[in-house]
Amino acid sequence: MENNVKLMQGNEACVEGAIAAGMRFYAGYPITPSTEIAELCAEKLPLVGGKFIQMEDEIASMAAIIGASLTGVKAMTATSGPGFSLKQENIGFAALTEVPCVIVNVQRGGPSTGLPTSPAQGDVMQARWGTHGDHPVIVLSPSSVEETYYVTVKAFNFAEKYRVPVIVLMDEVIGHMRERVKLPDLSELEVVDRVKPEPGKKDYYPYEVDSDDGVPPMASYGEGYRFHVTGLIHDKTGFPTRDPQITDRLIRRLINKIECNKYDIIEYKEESLDDAEIIVLSYGSTARSAQRAVRMAREEGIKAGWVQTVTIWPFPSEVVDKVCGKARTIIVPEMNLGQLVLEVERVAAGRLKIEKVNRVDGEMITPDEVLQKIKEVK
Amino acid sequence: MQHHLEKYFRMDKLPHIWCPGCGHGILMGAVVRAIDNLKLEQDKICVVSGIGCSSRAPGYMNFDTLHTTHGRALAFATGIKLAKPELKVIVVTGDGDCAAIGGNHLIHAARRNIDITTIVFNNNIYGMTSGQYSPMTPKGAYATTAPYGNVDRNFDLCKLAMAAGATYVARGTAYHTNQLIKFIEDALNHKGFSLVDAVSICPTYFGRKNKLGNAINMLKWQKDHAVSVSVAEKLPPEKLEGKFLIGKFHKSEEPEYVEEYDKIIKKAQEGRK
Ligand SMILES: Cc1ncc(C[n+]2csc(CCOP(=O)(O)OP(=O)(O)O)c2C)c(N)n1
Ligand code: SF4
Repeated sequence: MENNVKLMQGNEACVEGAIAAGMRFYAGYPITPSTEIAELCAEKLPLVGGKFIQMEDEIASMAAIIGASLTGVKAMTATSGPGFSLKQENIGFAALTEVPCVIVNVQRGGPSTGLPTSPAQGDVMQARWGTHGDHPVIVLSPSSVEETYYVTVKAFNFAEKYRVPVIVLMDEVIGHMRERVKLPDLSELEVVDRVKPEPGKKDYYPYEVDSDDGVPPMASYGEGYRFHVTGLIHDKTGFPTRDPQITDRLIRRLINKIECNKYDIIEYKEESLDDAEIIVLSYGSTARSAQRAVRMAREEGIKAGWVQTVTIWPFPSEVVDKVCGKARTIIVPEMNLGQLVLEVERVAAGRLKIEKVNRVDGEMITPDEVLQKIKEVK
Repeated sequence: MQHHLEKYFRMDKLPHIWCPGCGHGILMGAVVRAIDNLKLEQDKICVVSGIGCSSRAPGYMNFDTLHTTHGRALAFATGIKLAKPELKVIVVTGDGDCAAIGGNHLIHAARRNIDITTIVFNNNIYGMTSGQYSPMTPKGAYATTAPYGNVDRNFDLCKLAMAAGATYVARGTAYHTNQLIKFIEDALNHKGFSLVDAVSICPTYFGRKNKLGNAINMLKWQKDHAVSVSVAEKLPPEKLEGKFLIGKFHKSEEPEYVEEYDKIIKKAQEGRK
């Protein structure tokens, strides 16, 4: 299996993971620090019979992947902050129409064009609430190149399983860093495909749910179902309605199909939690600094523990729940002025002390900075 | 409605939401008649629209249909066509949808020469949002956002599409229905990006604001002011004052995008750069 070990960039691992998960359509518009994802898709997709297109902007890219997905093809786009903002209206469209797709955001410093080549984690809230209205979303954030591969595969699996846009929220450090990656045997990789209606089903309703998970089977265009898809509030037939009851039921179902399945979706990693008095909770590349800091603290006899939230949305409330009562303090380092920490505060509800370590200067948070905070609160 | 056309409509969704006298119904009928005349396979047609009165048409049409975000129909359609080339992709859009918010997608779809047929239900106004001026409202005309007359110069969408690389371009009107059906047939038969500027009427807003009378008067206005390109060639410029041109403006054979991309796939798989 030695030839399955490669040195690669996070952006490259993302493309490898996507293709392994079955992605066969990519539409994008170049933007640092995500550009390598487009470049690699342009090179690799034709090799597997897939399609790459460089669209005229990010709005068009998002539109194109939704169109492609409606034909039954797994589709992805990648971007960074400004492009992510442009995609939001169509991300909302995908959420309401339940079209599976994957959106990668390799975050840069912001707002505006900000710091194109510097790391940041400022899009956490935008990833959750970027588009208008109440809507479901899944957001995953990898902390290493290898994890990027698996997270991307998962993103496609969740998109297909729950008919939802899934966002892979990376940061520049992960996107551009090169690390050793052990790729799995493709035969061992779990790849999920969307559930289709039984072939030849006569009265197919694209939004009729007959399973417990709240996810309706999805036909593809061109298979004879002649179904309608609209961004307007619709009933099970897919046609617009203004019925308050149906509207309410639809929006709640969309939210619930993620909420009720969150134990399937949520992934986090932990270390030394059992006796920890101080927990450092983090995500993305910052989680690496946090882990190192916790290990250094342990060497100095401080009872510190580490949590990495791979799933950011839905927020892994149970991790915070789990440590409340045991630990005294949670430290949340992030490369923004405090976004995910708001969720930690919400769940902790005053049960333990919460401290932040923040940076918005385009530089990484170092293990020493986190360690210093650990010592401060000890 | 002629009985044999009923299969192309979602009869349970009719009657439509359009105002009495709106030209969009005639145009939708023309699209369906063109499809019927060509005997296209119903299950291999996908109709895509943006947002607007015009863009409500796909909801009534019995195909795979997609009602997208405002202005983005062509971008969605591009994804559909490239991902599943066997589908015949038709975009139904309004003048605001296509020329304002969606202008960028229009020129780029034309530039790529991707095999999509775009029918613009052009009523020279924003109907759905109740009568604001569009990029195709003539200069000087009135709209709710142009209470003193429109200062913006308007697009000639056909020229724009041609300049951007569309390989079939024609303009017809709701009044000249048979000719319009012919243009739509040609467009559907054409391999590459085709655009038909189908001049509609919006008596509710454009007509009322500009004192053009009822729907019948507006259709008559089309009859009196439309000049076919072949006739126009022989007329002195002063005779064309205040008139607009209809007809087939352009047809050329150029490599089509999806087919060109298939060559890329072949090249890549043969290991050539
Ligand atoms: C992003 C966005 N901006 C604005 C609107 C509001 N809006 C809906 S339809 C429309 C104009 C439609 O005009 P046109 O395309 O000419 O079609 P018509 O209604 O005249 O047939 C506008 C501005 C919207 N839905 N989305
Ligand atoms: S507002 Fe104008 S375009 Fe819209 S349905 Fe009424 S007449 Fe037609």
